Amino acid sequence: MAEPTTPAVVDPTAWTCPAPLRDHPTVVLGHGGGGALSAELMEHLFVPAYGNETLAGLGDSAAVTLGGARLAFSTDSYVVRPLFFPGGGIGDLAVNGTVNDLAMSGARAAYLSCAFILEEGVELSVVGKVAQAIGTAAAAAEVTVATGDTKVVDSGHGDGVYVNTSGIGLVPEGVDIRPQRAAPGDVVIVSGPIGLHGIAIMSVREGLEFGVEEIVSDTAPLGGLVAAMLAVTRDLHVLRDPTRGGVAASLNEIATASGAGIVLTERDVPVPDAVGAACGFLGLDPLYVANEGRLLAVVPRAEAEAVLAAMRAHPQGAGATVIGECVAEHPGMVVARTPLGGSRVVDLPLGEQLPRIC
Amino acid sequence: MKYIDEFHDPELARRLLDEIHATVTRPWALMEVCGGQTHSIIRHGIDQLLPESLELIHGPGCPVCVTPLEMIDKALEIASRPGVVFCSFGDMLRVPGSGRDLFRVRAEGGDVRVVYSPLDALDIARREPDREVVFFGIGFETTAPANAMAVHEARRLGVRNFSLLVSHVRVPPAVEAIMRAPDCRVQAFLAAGHVCSVMGTAEYPELAERHRVPMVVTGFEPLDILEGVRRAVRQLESGEHRVENAYPRAVRAEGNPAALERIAEVFEITDRSWRGIGTIPDSGWRLAPAFRAYDAEHRFEVGDLRTAEPAACRSGEVLQGLIKPHECEAFGTVCTPRSALGATMVSSEGACAAYYLYRRLKAPAPADRAERPRPTGQAEPTGRPAPADREPVRSGRPAQPAVKEATRLG
Repeated sequence: MAEPTTPAVVDPTAWTCPAPLRDHPTVVLGHGGGGALSAELMEHLFVPAYGNETLAGLGDSAAVTLGGARLAFSTDSYVVRPLFFPGGGIGDLAVNGTVNDLAMSGARAAYLSCAFILEEGVELSVVGKVAQAIGTAAAAAEVTVATGDTKVVDSGHGDGVYVNTSGIGLVPEGVDIRPQRAAPGDVVIVSGPIGLHGIAIMSVREGLEFGVEEIVSDTAPLGGLVAAMLAVTRDLHVLRDPTRGGVAASLNEIATASGAGIVLTERDVPVPDAVGAACGFLGLDPLYVANEGRLLAVVPRAEAEAVLAAMRAHPQGAGATVIGECVAEHPGMVVARTPLGGSRVVDLPLGEQLPRIC
Repeated sequence: MKYIDEFHDPELARRLLDEIHATVTRPWALMEVCGGQTHSIIRHGIDQLLPESLELIHGPGCPVCVTPLEMIDKALEIASRPGVVFCSFGDMLRVPGSGRDLFRVRAEGGDVRVVYSPLDALDIARREPDREVVFFGIGFETTAPANAMAVHEARRLGVRNFSLLVSHVRVPPAVEAIMRAPDCRVQAFLAAGHVCSVMGTAEYPELAERHRVPMVVTGFEPLDILEGVRRAVRQLESGEHRVENAYPRAVRAEGNPAALERIAEVFEITDRSWRGIGTIPDSGWRLAPAFRAYDAEHRFEVGDLRTAEPAACRSGEVLQGLIKPHECEAFGTVCTPRSALGATMVSSEGACAAYYLYRRLKAPAPADRAERPRPTGQAEPTGRPAPADREPVRSGRPAQPAVKEATRLG
């Protein structure tokens, strides 16, 4: 049959490298899901359009040199619904998300910008509550909100409150943290239990309750934890905060960027009971659920014990544990060893994780 | 979690595996019927732990995979209409119809919503009385009671702006069709535990007896699967063919009377087309005449839709266990999880998607289906020797294989 399964609306000759985008000529939600579709949008649309080596690093934040200083620079937009959820709200996310993106380069966030896009008709008390949360979170993260902007869009053209924050911070001397540096023999550490943020959001968004305990988002600033780790060794290879797409997406990005294989020991991955139960009900995999206050660290084996001890001594890393290692086999792929002794590939999620029917 | 963790215990799993290894003396082929079981087998790597000579054939029990193309196209057509709220289980959104999927419809402005229950869709209908709310009622006997309940409730509450696009399928006629296929290799079934928790086991003894095939009602956690396999091979090795219930904590012989009553009230048995397989007699449910007013096909008049299945897709043969996914020419080249030709490459329960991941692990080199026979010593993805030579026949295959295959199956 000659007909293509997906009609190509995009003119393939008029674009830099459109091939993988042709399957989705319009933006779909998955393009923002942090998975394969997001990566393709970056690789085939934005990077060719902006064309520079700094961007091509594709880290959580960019490392730039300005006037002799090495800076980490990052921006992120927050469109979470609902605006407030157990454990935090859009204000906490807007601060912690950008602070954490900077921390993943080893930088301590110094200044943030904060821009609001407000929908006509939103109650000012709601905006005030978000602003208060931003102020509180910034104080906790020891970062200064130095500049801001406000725009209002017509009623129906936004979803209440959108927030964008950008941030800069200094990268300490001798620190070179980026996904390309993962190497066979390195140890993979997670800073605490996973899946809490994604399930907390889902529990309020979908009106689901799981078990007796309320699931609370883990949103938290990680700059202090990273500083504590760097105090032990400057030779951290990779840091990543597993937000959208969860641990699975972050590990796949690291494996792809470095060419190392990653083996996860599934029984060592800390999944809280309530998260496990919720995922069981919904047919989700905790490895793909978003976190907002956790980091993954890839460190040389010789440093692992000291780094782990430093993490556990810090409030944000009390639950830190080793979950896997980098290997020379299956380069670029993440494989989980199951508790039964089998193995499975942990692939990059395509877009949003979809609850299964059965 | 209580009642879950106990069924993941590695030590008990080891003991079951030891017993299975000690029991099996020759090659056997088992089919796990349900996609949920396939998912669990892949998720926990169970297939790699079983004896080499024991082959697990993934059955047609993935509702996402077998929902017929014409029904997906009807869903896309209805969901595109203004004033419609189209509600679905999440994983149906990515299943390709003739040219697009529900995600695309949503991106183009259609109001497509993921819900966790048809009753949630009914709530939307009550909250938004000026919209037409349609729920995509697909699945096996497991999802039928809730769908029946939604329609029952809609009528009881007088909710007129709610309807169901029904594409329900039933397991026993599919088992019958598989066993009657001339090149069937299945020697025992792991029957779908959750289907039996609704329907009970009354439909199975006659099938087991007539086809002389062991049928073990099996659950979904790792120990459940292993216990099902253990009982199946024990029967095979001793030449028995009984129905056994290895999932008694969920399944009673009589099923769930309340659910059965609701199904009997709202649905009636009909022939049903299975994607890639063809029409199987009496293998589905549709709304009974008394509930026709809630039938979305009727309400939106989407009777005659032209459908076009990609000719390269051989998911039907995969679903029947006739070929392994990587034996399809499109596998891993034009057909990948991100641009799937068939539904078996979309769903995480689908055999093609599962193989796609596993093959990348075992053989990172690009697809090498052309080379055949496989060089000695190179394992195929299951780690077992390739099945007997099966010449690909797709080149001359008609674009509409349903009728032809149905004759063969039915």
